Amino acid sequence: MNLSVKIAGVEFKNPVTVASGTFGSGAEYSDFVDLSRLGAVTTKGVANVPWEGNATPRIAETYGGMMNAVGLQNPGMDVFCKRDIPFLQQYDTNIIVNVCGRTEQDYVEVVERLADEDVDLLEINVSCPNVKEGGIAFGQDPKALAHITEEIKKKAKQPVIMKLSPNVTDITVMAKAAEAAGADALSLINTLTGMKIDIHRRNFAVANKTGGVSGPAIKPIAVRMVYQVANAVKIPIIGMGGIMNYEDAIEFMMAGASAVAVGTANFHNPYTTVEIVEGIQKFMEEKGIEDINEIIGCVKQESEN
Amino acid sequence: MSAVKKTATVKSQVSLASDVYSLVLEIPEIASLAKAGQFVSVYSKDGSKLLPRPISLCETDKEAGTIRLVYRVVGAGTREFSNLQEGDLVEVMGPLGNGFSKKEKKAILIGGGIGIPPMLQLAKELDFEKSIVLGFRDETFLLEDLKANGEVYIASEDGKTGVSGNVLDAIREYGITGDVIYACGPTPMLRAIKEYAASNHIEAQLSLEEKMACGIGACLACVCRSKDVDDHSHVKNKRICKDGPVFDAQEVEL
Repeated sequence: MNLSVKIAGVEFKNPVTVASGTFGSGAEYSDFVDLSRLGAVTTKGVANVPWEGNATPRIAETYGGMMNAVGLQNPGMDVFCKRDIPFLQQYDTNIIVNVCGRTEQDYVEVVERLADEDVDLLEINVSCPNVKEGGIAFGQDPKALAHITEEIKKKAKQPVIMKLSPNVTDITVMAKAAEAAGADALSLINTLTGMKIDIHRRNFAVANKTGGVSGPAIKPIAVRMVYQVANAVKIPIIGMGGIMNYEDAIEFMMAGASAVAVGTANFHNPYTTVEIVEGIQKFMEEKGIEDINEIIGCVKQESEN
Repeated sequence: MSAVKKTATVKSQVSLASDVYSLVLEIPEIASLAKAGQFVSVYSKDGSKLLPRPISLCETDKEAGTIRLVYRVVGAGTREFSNLQEGDLVEVMGPLGNGFSKKEKKAILIGGGIGIPPMLQLAKELDFEKSIVLGFRDETFLLEDLKANGEVYIASEDGKTGVSGNVLDAIREYGITGDVIYACGPTPMLRAIKEYAASNHIEAQLSLEEKMACGIGACLACVCRSKDVDDHSHVKNKRICKDGPVFDAQEVEL
């Protein structure tokens, strides 16, 4: 039975990784799961310099999910390279470094710094809804997205995954722009911009006023977008958005994702990632699936036949 | 020492005051590791509520393998917990956070409102001269348990019990002195204690709270502003769930 998949030429022992920002750099969750059981660990976004992030409260629970406006607090690339990469290298798993920035130059600086580091893929966060500059600004305009993708590809030594925002009219336009500009893979979806009001305090539930909504409440939107993008581009997709269990993971793969990322579910159950790996295995045994690659986009193929 | 997420069995639940409940859970894996000032994450069974509710440890009984949580119902999640009955099962993760750093000094333990419960375990563990100062809005709870573990002084907003006013009014009124303060309660109370401790040149350990998601230091939701650069992100944001919830008063900005 084969669980391994390939993303941009990089082999993953299984298709399960984590959604950036929900898992730190793995250290905290390594008390609960053996990181070597995961296909990859995707780190929290790292910028060229440390970022303080937003004021608190930074999160609020929403029905079937949550809203966050952490604002990409991170230690910057120097600390990250010295501390977090060596930590992750102790494990037999791929390392996907999520890169964030305020300007194109910020992103490029991080990508250049990572060129000589032993990491497997770069995921470029052009879709964070919670920062005033950078982030989503690059992810809502196809020209800006194409330009930053090209600039990053010029300097990157590792395959580049562009992480797309669902906060657009047509996500396939963005996906095609990234592909045409040289992106090696796509990941989607980032969080949906939302708002929650505390009616007792007559105030916003998070200090940033708006936040990114995640969790199972948004899953049908994410599955739809993965399906649309899978039909629009040839590069592989890492699918995410409300995955709670192996059934959800299989659903994303059937929609066209080559791998999946577990996000909010980590907060509900820190063992989720490994439980999903085990669940996928069990599903394959039960259904007589020899190779996980058989199911990637299978719903797409059948509907087209 | 590391936290676990396990299924706990409810041993008992009683109401202590309006919307204040005392829940005893059998969970030896957590009880064996827990210390005063730490907390646990308690999970709802309702799939629409994914995030755990952080609740401080009021007491731990290592021999019985139980922990006691005294909490206030503030929303639908804690309302659900208040309906748990003996024999029910509930998912719990812990022990989380750093806990109080016990000093061999004359101590003042200060609890305000639902910040009172962690003072009980601390009072039991502190084998040193201590005064316990409690601030209530109106109804009191946990008084007998605390009186069994130290001299108790009370302030209440309605003035019906003890001094009329807040915990600092009680400290002044009763002439309470000490060389270290351990405190948990609402932020305005902690801010006032931070100032009081600074002007009296005594150490103060403050237990903070904030909205949390992961509870283990990964998501960076529950930070507080700190005087010095933090170890994690190298900015001035300490993680309440991981670096705290107990901080030296001089370490944090409130």
